[in-house]
Amino acid sequence: MFSAVGSLTVMGVTLGGLLGVASRYLAVEGNPIEAEIQALLPGSQCGQCGYVGCAQAAAALAAGTAPVTLCPPGGRALAQELAAKLGVKADLSAVADDGPKVARVAEEICIGCCRCIKVCPTDAVIGAAKQIHNVIREACTGCGACIERCPTEAMTLAPIAVGLQYWIWPKPLAAVA
Amino acid sequence: MGFLERIFREPRWGVHPDDRKRPAADAPLRKLPPPARVYMPLQQHVGGAARPIVLAGQKVLKGQLIAEASGNISAPIHAPVSGIVAAIGDVTAPHASGLPFAAITLASDFEERWVEGEEISDPFSLAPEEVARRTAAAGIVGLGGATFPAAAKFALGRRLKVDTLIVNGGECEPYLSADDRIMRDRPDEVVDGVRIVMHAIGARQALVGIEDNKPEAIAAMRVAAAAFPEVNIRPVPARYPMGSDRQLIITLTGREVPADARAAEVGVLVHNVSTCAAVHRAVRFGRPLVERIVTVNGGAVTRPGNVFAPIGTLVQELLDFCGLDEAPARIVMGGPMMGTPLAHGQVPLVKGASGILAFDAREAHVPPAGPCIRCGNCTRACPMGLQPLELGARVRAGDLDGAAKLHLGDCMSCGCCAYVCPSHIPLVQYFNHAKGELWAKERAKLRTEATKRLAAARLERVEREAREKAEAAARRKAERAAAKARTAAEAQAGAESGAAPPAQSQHEGETA
Amino acid sequence: MSTANVKQPQVAAAGNANPIGTPVSAPHTATRLSVPRVMGTVLLALAPATLFGFWLYGWPAIWLWGFTIAAAASGEALCLRLMARPVLPALHDGSAILTGWLLALSLPPWAPWWIGVFGGLFATVLAKQAFGGLGQNLFNPAMVARVALLISFPVQMTAWVAPLPLGGANAPGLIDGLMVALKGMPSGLDAVASASLLGFAKTEMSRGVDLFGSLAHAPVQTWIGSRPGSLGETAGWLIAAGGLAMMALRIITWHIPVAMLLGIAIPAAILHSVDPARYLDAGTHLMSGGAMLGAFFIATDYVTSPGTPRGQLIFGAGCGLLTYLIRTWAGYPEGVAFAVLLMNSLTPIIDAYVKPRIYGRDRSGAAIEARRG
Repeated sequence: MFSAVGSLTVMGVTLGGLLGVASRYLAVEGNPIEAEIQALLPGSQCGQCGYVGCAQAAAALAAGTAPVTLCPPGGRALAQELAAKLGVKADLSAVADDGPKVARVAEEICIGCCRCIKVCPTDAVIGAAKQIHNVIREACTGCGACIERCPTEAMTLAPIAVGLQYWIWPKPLAAVA
Repeated sequence: MGFLERIFREPRWGVHPDDRKRPAADAPLRKLPPPARVYMPLQQHVGGAARPIVLAGQKVLKGQLIAEASGNISAPIHAPVSGIVAAIGDVTAPHASGLPFAAITLASDFEERWVEGEEISDPFSLAPEEVARRTAAAGIVGLGGATFPAAAKFALGRRLKVDTLIVNGGECEPYLSADDRIMRDRPDEVVDGVRIVMHAIGARQALVGIEDNKPEAIAAMRVAAAAFPEVNIRPVPARYPMGSDRQLIITLTGREVPADARAAEVGVLVHNVSTCAAVHRAVRFGRPLVERIVTVNGGAVTRPGNVFAPIGTLVQELLDFCGLDEAPARIVMGGPMMGTPLAHGQVPLVKGASGILAFDAREAHVPPAGPCIRCGNCTRACPMGLQPLELGARVRAGDLDGAAKLHLGDCMSCGCCAYVCPSHIPLVQYFNHAKGELWAKERAKLRTEATKRLAAARLERVEREAREKAEAAARRKAERAAAKARTAAEAQAGAESGAAPPAQSQHEGETA
Repeated sequence: MSTANVKQPQVAAAGNANPIGTPVSAPHTATRLSVPRVMGTVLLALAPATLFGFWLYGWPAIWLWGFTIAAAASGEALCLRLMARPVLPALHDGSAILTGWLLALSLPPWAPWWIGVFGGLFATVLAKQAFGGLGQNLFNPAMVARVALLISFPVQMTAWVAPLPLGGANAPGLIDGLMVALKGMPSGLDAVASASLLGFAKTEMSRGVDLFGSLAHAPVQTWIGSRPGSLGETAGWLIAAGGLAMMALRIITWHIPVAMLLGIAIPAAILHSVDPARYLDAGTHLMSGGAMLGAFFIATDYVTSPGTPRGQLIFGAGCGLLTYLIRTWAGYPEGVAFAVLLMNSLTPIIDAYVKPRIYGRDRSGAAIEARRG
């Protein structure tokens, strides 16, 4: 009986010691995840998340103080990716994601005030003073910064229609779990 | 002996579905009378969509160019009937999504007046580039279903010094017999087309692979090719997917095309028999690709068979021409293994459509999916050597990257795995879904990068503008100071009757 | 001509909305094979050997067989009910019946009823449904149940009887058979208790009697299969015939059976030639115990064996070798169940490392070199 107790004690002490050594010498310094998160974010610094820019949002995400669903331009896909990266479960049903959107100028209302041009984070609006503005669709991220600035509500966000090229086969409904 | 062979033979790739090609394959070719309207889509090929060059209301002749190619990989579109351009706008695409795409609608005048074509008596005296040019101008794309512009493939073949032309007469999909029919009815055109393509790509030999379930086609092609020793007719075992280029290449030549590489890199080029016949018409007679043979088959069809029809004809008109016993339970464009399901018949026939299938309820019945029992039938059937059960499990669990690591990208969606699955798991749909999602993710990543570039460019612009503004302000300030200094100096000079050089005063102004 | 009055064949499509509902991807045709058909074929392939066993051991064996299958099916149904999943479609696939059947074939034919019931329930409830049901279990359910029974009830699980063919003078009838199954071996039939060949040889060996001595007065056995043993042990030739029929019908491939039988026969032949007094010959090994049943019906279970031909060869050879090792040097006279379970646990590793070569790639997954000619 003593030999059994003794051998188990020796094993426990040895293995515990190994774990302690491992935790000291194999520890990971710092938090590399912040940079990885920042790489995922759109980087347009649109500020819709409530933080100054994407870097600050990434820091908050890494610290766990911000929900993964914070980025409207990133949409559901980004929320999923962030949840996977951070190892958290995200309630994606809360993310209103009707697909990607793009800003559009109602030409009959636009007065050419240039305010939207100044706030666009990607310089996607073109135009000059007293000229009707237009949106470069390829450059627009649909962040909506211009919508709030427009004095005449000429700016609207419209969903991008899924064309033939961008259609994706739906996942089959699993009959069994 | 056959019994032992069945037990001990190493399982080969592929499946052997019931081919159901007859009696449609044996029915004589019928010609569809010109329909009142045809709808000619601008995107019937891999590559850039064609650009319309006609206006609504314009009169056109049959075979007249109505939309030109745009970009290196593209194909022009010609009028399949003579008549009037009725509209240019969206029509429902022959696509599983049922989404619309752009097309030119023509109202037929039923006169079938052809545009003048330039006839060539000896195409072999033409430069290969000229053959390719005439093929491109005729809008010829791969008619087996790949719809890759044929002339672009010629150029590739010449560049990579291809030695062998493989002519695909496999037609391994069940139900279909369009290629079978063209080999039986027009073997001379096919063989002439083969020789023209060989001339265009500089190949020394042509191997025509025909599945051994088409003995009539093999016999007809052998007669037609008898005078040309460089054209070899090679029967191949009937096994799906023998008509897939990689499988046909390794069967006929023993060469294996590396992953992510083109067939031309192992010195072969594959063209379909129907494509070769189209090249023959284009090069010898200047006839563009506006009509094709299409198999109309399936349990719901009264008189199944092959129909010579203008491209752009509505699928419903083709079905009505052959008669329907009942409302089809499913309409498929292409073959049953890889074809596109159509929501209804109001979609146009496109260049790459070799068949229109109208299934009755029994044929269309797909049993409900059950759990995977890991029988491994899919792994044995996969012609690419993938493990569909592993891929499917990962896609179902949402692990798309895991599926990509198992080389999901090598899957060609041939359907063998889903066909043999005793649990009837829709494996191909899982793979199609995953490929689409992975592709969308890739696009989203590119877009995020582009957004970052734009944001950085804007930041740089804003800073530059601020800097320039500050510099300008400083300059103005300096100028003002200089002017002040000058007036002061002049005032002083006026008093002392001496003038300082302006440059010096400028310098003083700056340091001030 | 204006475009306004032209009727375009078009379906309105907006945004993500799919105008035709969920489209079904190709292929639009499917094999006629289905899971019920696969399982049904396996059951048919088992039928001749089972019928021979029934004839050999009479009504008690038939009753035990029935109890075992009923218990396996009830266990499956119970679990499905508890998980609120459809019961009938799952029972219809026949996998629970097959599990019960295979287990029944591996039991002593005159074992009491509760052996069959306990084993049947254990197989489908703990070894199959607890893992997630069909396709999810790591270990072969029938073999898990057999091993659990062997460890829990060693006496009942090693009480073999000499054949007492149906219609014979001593054979119990329908009701007597039920009594045997319900109340255990009757004392009036004491002459029938016997030992299986492998068990007999092992016991004698441990008493210091070599094979020349022990086999001289071994239990009566004939090559057609009349010998003490389980239902699946006696009719080796019929089991093999059923297995070959499954190969011909492409239900299984040759890899696992051939590899497993060679895995037993090759070491047996080598050692027998070295010392025939200590080691049984290959033929006896192949025709005894669960070798045939294991090679053709148990190791070939889809769910718990590797999916690639090379993986199956490794798996089968491992099953065979382990069987031989256990039979020859371990405490138990028979080792098929243990060997199969041990190799089952290696199946995920085999599947992870042994993959088919992908077209255009080498085995490591890198693209091959382009070569002409």
